[in-house]
Amino acid sequence: MKLLVCVSKTPETTAKIAFTNNNSEFDTAGVQFIMNPYDEWYALVRAIELQEANGGTVTLINVGTADNDTIIRKGLAIGADDAVRVDAKPGSALFVAKQIAEYAKGKDFDIIFAGKETIDYNGAEVGAMIAEFLDLPFISFASHLELSGNVATVSRDIEGGTEVLEVATPFVLSASKDLAEQRIPNMRGIMMAKKKPLNVIPPVAFEDLAVINSYELPPAKTAVKLVNPEDMDELIRLLHEEAKVI
Amino acid sequence: MVLVLAETTKGKFKKAAFEAVSYGYQTAQLLGTECAALVLGTASGAEELGKYGAAKVYHVQDASLDNLDSQVYTAIISELVGKLEGTVVILSHSSTGKSLLGRLAVRLNAGSVAGVNSLPSVEAGVFKVRKPVFSGKAISEFELRSPNKVLSLMGNSYQPKIVGAPATVENPNVSVPARRIKVKEVKRVEGITPLPEAELVVSAGRGMKGPENWGIVEELAQVMGATTACSRPVADADWRPHHEHVGQTGIAIRPNLYIAIGISGAIQHLAGVNNSKTIVVINKDPEAPFFKAADYGVVGDLFEVVPKLTAAYKKFKAEQGG
Ligand SMILES: Cc1cc2nc3c(=O)[nH]c(=O)nc-3n(C[C@H](O)[C@H](O)[C@H](O)COP(=O)(O)OP(=O)(O)OC[C@H]3O[C@@H](n4cnc5c(N)ncnc54)[C@H](O)[C@@H]3O)c2cc1C
Repeated sequence: MKLLVCVSKTPETTAKIAFTNNNSEFDTAGVQFIMNPYDEWYALVRAIELQEANGGTVTLINVGTADNDTIIRKGLAIGADDAVRVDAKPGSALFVAKQIAEYAKGKDFDIIFAGKETIDYNGAEVGAMIAEFLDLPFISFASHLELSGNVATVSRDIEGGTEVLEVATPFVLSASKDLAEQRIPNMRGIMMAKKKPLNVIPPVAFEDLAVINSYELPPAKTAVKLVNPEDMDELIRLLHEEAKVI
Repeated sequence: MVLVLAETTKGKFKKAAFEAVSYGYQTAQLLGTECAALVLGTASGAEELGKYGAAKVYHVQDASLDNLDSQVYTAIISELVGKLEGTVVILSHSSTGKSLLGRLAVRLNAGSVAGVNSLPSVEAGVFKVRKPVFSGKAISEFELRSPNKVLSLMGNSYQPKIVGAPATVENPNVSVPARRIKVKEVKRVEGITPLPEAELVVSAGRGMKGPENWGIVEELAQVMGATTACSRPVADADWRPHHEHVGQTGIAIRPNLYIAIGISGAIQHLAGVNNSKTIVVINKDPEAPFFKAADYGVVGDLFEVVPKLTAAYKKFKAEQGG
């Protein structure tokens, strides 16, 4: 089976969020980058598990510039067979999805995996967009996936519950927690990753329809009001009269 | 036109549906156009959406639409939008809306913004709208440059307002394609407001020491009518079910009130809850980072404080006559 996993690069979770160039760009100075956790921990690992059980290949794809190669090599060290980098700045979700769809078109991937969202732009859009470009079914927020022949049974997280769905390959899926268990690359994986193919391909032309003009930081929180632990009536009064939330 | 997808659960409109219609109505006012609502699948009371500003309600009453199939929903919405250039489609930022947004953007050749939390601005024909990014640590302003646009509205960020009377419900003549995704089962926790929709949330962390101690948290939540949540290590250790895990790698929520009990307030936890309107932190460590993000803080032992808070709430309710 042929599996494709879309991975994104995001700032590390404790990174300081600041902006530059008149608040029009994210300030990357001193920021550590990681593979988006949903892509790495769940989507990639579940794809590798399926490959281990059924044979075939796991290809990892990223849209980004050469400084993304570190996280791509990490994905190869975890167990992907080969990788593709579309050599372009990922301008928007639509841009990224278009590039990935162009690559995947006609290559007969059985399942295309994405993470449920990235932890920087929190859009959750890329998977759905790829599915539409390729006219494939899309299952979002998958927390469980079993395959029997070409039929997949997938649990999908919904508000306050889960849907159990059945779909035939090919399809696109976005991974949420529980789809797999995070894997730490071992020494052998890291050594092998150095020799695995990483193909760099040029982007296709595309005009963005949604652009970010500027960023700002949320207003600073006012100092916490401490309430005497013996006086919970006072806390209730504050929540009722001042905060007006109860 | 502004077209709003009004979501239902088991045939009843979600609060998010009224929020989205109200938001759609205001957006239509800004653009000098009309707002229509779309209801897919079994639902009762669709005319009520008129009260929130829908001039027209389209209801495709086909039971195969009771659960999402993003291809089917996209086909119907794009057929309704049709060849009209310049439609703004408004979705809820829910498991349904999030799954549709990107698809619709591609199909309608539309710029899209996921999870907006305030009204757009339209000046000299330039359409701008804001949304939180970096898990709530910043806000970005998007400009949409296409005639069609798709937005998803963050839950609990726009107050529904009654502005009119019930609307006429029309059964539009659209084709409903066959589903490619089969629903085998839908499992729901009954009787509890799901976390992403909850206005009151009581959340607890590792300070609880073990799952056997959760009774006091559940009791507080129960008397308040709140939904329970937890920190990541608590879900990882299976002290609590995974769907309760909030934070950067769990669910992001923005209730009116978030009560954090025995949670240190790590940056990854805050990322999922820092958009809550009011935050109360109960922690015995006055240096816990959560206090910096809190509106109200109680420095004390949770095993003593929580039962007192529950008792105080019961007293308050009794005084309120409820
Ligand atoms: C990539 C990444 C992603 C992550 N994503 C998330 C996420 O989505 N959500 C999340 O929650 N975490 C996440 N984490 C983990 C996060 O960094 C913290 O480890 C976690 O939030 C801590 O959970 P906690 O506050 O319950 O436990 P602790 O940090 O152990 O805090 C327990 C708190 O309880 C207090 N306490 C103890 N006993 C009592 C008592 N008797 N009375 C009152 N207070 C008491 C202590 O003072 C302490 O502050 C992530 C980490 C990483 C690296």
